[in-house]
Amino acid sequence: MNVSLKQSALALAAVAAIGIGSISVANAEETLVVVSWGGAYTDSQQKAYHEPYMAMHPDVKIVNDDSSAEAVAKLRAMSESGNVSWALVDAVASDAIRLCDEGLIEEIDFDKVLAPAPDGTPASQDFGNLIVSPCFIPQIVYSTTFGYRTDLVKEPPTTIADVFDLEKIPGKRSLEKRPIGNLEWALIADGVDPEKVYDVLDTEEGVDRAFAKLDTIKDQVVWWEAGAQTPQLLADGEVVMGSTYNGRLFSVIEEEKQPVAMMWDWQVFDLDGWVVPVGGPNHDLVMDYLKFATDTQRLADQAKFISYGPARKSSAPLVGKHASLGIEMGPHMPTAPENAKHTLLFNYEWWADRRDDLTERFNAWLAQ
Amino acid sequence: MTTEAATQQVMTTADGTPLKVSLAKAQRRLKIRALLLVAPLLLFILITFFVPVFDMLFRSVENQIVPEVLENTAPLLLKWDDRDGELPPEEVFAAAKEDFVKGAKAKTILRVGSRMNYEQSGFSSLFRKTARRAKNFESPYKEAFIKADRKWGDLDTWRILKRESGAFTISYYLAAMDLSYGPSGDITMKPKGEAIYLTLFWRTLKLSFLITILCLALAYPISYLMSTLPLKTSNLLMILVLLPFWTSLLVRTTAWIALLQQEGVINDLLVYFGLITDDNRLAMIHNATGTVVAMTHILLPFMVLPLFSVMKTIPPTYMRAAKNLGATPTVAFIRVYFPNTVSGIGAGGILVFIISIGYYITPALVGGVDGTLISNFIAYHMSTSLNWGLAAALGVLLLGIVLVLYYFYDKIVGVDNMKFG
Repeated sequence: MNVSLKQSALALAAVAAIGIGSISVANAEETLVVVSWGGAYTDSQQKAYHEPYMAMHPDVKIVNDDSSAEAVAKLRAMSESGNVSWALVDAVASDAIRLCDEGLIEEIDFDKVLAPAPDGTPASQDFGNLIVSPCFIPQIVYSTTFGYRTDLVKEPPTTIADVFDLEKIPGKRSLEKRPIGNLEWALIADGVDPEKVYDVLDTEEGVDRAFAKLDTIKDQVVWWEAGAQTPQLLADGEVVMGSTYNGRLFSVIEEEKQPVAMMWDWQVFDLDGWVVPVGGPNHDLVMDYLKFATDTQRLADQAKFISYGPARKSSAPLVGKHASLGIEMGPHMPTAPENAKHTLLFNYEWWADRRDDLTERFNAWLAQ
Repeated sequence: MTTEAATQQVMTTADGTPLKVSLAKAQRRLKIRALLLVAPLLLFILITFFVPVFDMLFRSVENQIVPEVLENTAPLLLKWDDRDGELPPEEVFAAAKEDFVKGAKAKTILRVGSRMNYEQSGFSSLFRKTARRAKNFESPYKEAFIKADRKWGDLDTWRILKRESGAFTISYYLAAMDLSYGPSGDITMKPKGEAIYLTLFWRTLKLSFLITILCLALAYPISYLMSTLPLKTSNLLMILVLLPFWTSLLVRTTAWIALLQQEGVINDLLVYFGLITDDNRLAMIHNATGTVVAMTHILLPFMVLPLFSVMKTIPPTYMRAAKNLGATPTVAFIRVYFPNTVSGIGAGGILVFIISIGYYITPALVGGVDGTLISNFIAYHMSTSLNWGLAAALGVLLLGIVLVLYYFYDKIVGVDNMKFG
């Protein structure tokens, strides 16, 4: 009784969650529903991947579903109800690792499923150390970094320590409302050797030290939860500097021409990529699409539409100009040598362990 | 002779069936028809309301994953006596090896790792590391486990596993009430830097109450005006009340951001008129003030409508009669008009209070740090941390609080007094 009751409840929850949008209609042409983040990001995928693929395969129709933000919870609900309706999902690496742990997404045989680089380097080597989970095909490297109002600061910030320096740069700053990234920055700004950040964070004193550093600017921080908030806060002059995704800052600076500039010091790299739900529909089509959409040229093409770096090493030399603005995109990539002097890649494994308790502590700290 | 008398006593219909049976049949048919008519609604409520609520109740204590995946280890652990300060015997390690190998193959073992990570950070990577190596473990397994990760040699690791080996757990409720297990298994309050949920429950109740009072204070005069003005004017006022009600919630919330932020309209005006200086702009959004202002605005119609419909039914002659009998306007209001509106206040108050206690979007957008409510954390645990057990426990506690408050409301005001129109 319990089981059937539970299952029916879950089936219902899943049906409600999936909604009408993703019920694929069976007809002559095959429909592939791609779940992604929406907005400018889905647009860039539409232009770089979906449209060329549909041009090559006229019988395939690719439909976008902007649900990536709820992907983790929905995939689990679908899996529990035994009705997985998503074929392909765009997710960030930390979510992918968690989904992989739960056995909700498929492990990928990189060299078998994905195309090699043009010079024949197998995919697994071309992606190299960006393969952080066996279930996750990296697509882009994005970074969380700082933008500042050029007209509201007396002297521009140049290092991460300036973010924590209220004397050099007075005024409000915006930071993401989560411990991930902020604790690392706090420690680096406090003088910890960046190589040893996670060793220090592993100790109770290290965590205390990071929170103590954050304490020094706490009353000057506006906490954001959605990537669009910092650009808006900067545009309104509500903050003088703030962290957000580099692509968002690119559009504030180059597309909207706001008086904002980038501060790349200790930008935190993160990865976004594809995951394939276990038991999802259109499996063969998904694999064929993935082979196409993650090849060297396609990844380089995406950078024409949004300023995120391609995850393949072989794509980097192929990055060209922005499709409509005509600016050379290379220098705007977080991976460009000029910008990537000091970078930090999340220690995903470490955060998988500590995410729950540190988030709790972070929230308690915020509430104090 | 006797049987004949008996048959004569029973009244029958034309075809010989006893009248009683026939009547019962006809009534049963009516009952079935009535039931069929309400069946869609009944089923709807059953499926969309009761089943999820019970599922939530169940989830807040459910712990099946651990005994299911650790099927060999869990029963042995439950029997193991951890009080003598020794690690579990070799047979537990051997069983654990078997479970890890099987679980790694079925890709279920890491779920246990994530589950146990809620109890203590570090289990996630401990399980991931061990699952990778378990198939190569050889006897003696105790040494093999400890070699793979030192934590397996730690008594606490096994104590926590033993504690959570049953099919049910209370640890989600403990976490939801800022309690945790101490080193020796006793339940203690979490240290001040880590406790959060009690503060949030208290804040949710406090702000909801404040919002209800503010709604009442604003809605009472409006409703009074609407019920006494001529129809044409009161219709216009009604439209003004309802127009925001029909506007998207997100639009209304973001409009408040534009108005209240530090570089926003209200601050600009205050600076322009010299009421505040430019570097002393008021912080009215991304804090509790923002939540209260925006939610009061959004929930106001829920107070105005019941109040209005109750006030509309109060004949104006009551007040005139009171004054005629010598009451001053104040006394007439307090002793005649106000008691007649109590049922509307009750209905509106409970509506606003219960809606705001579970409100989610507006506090998430304008609440900042001290204006977020418990529902924001339930949502966080549902969609981000995937700790559905804790989300369910928080939800059950919230439901419990509402039911307790409702009980007291019924005792003090009386639910029968509530009138929506």
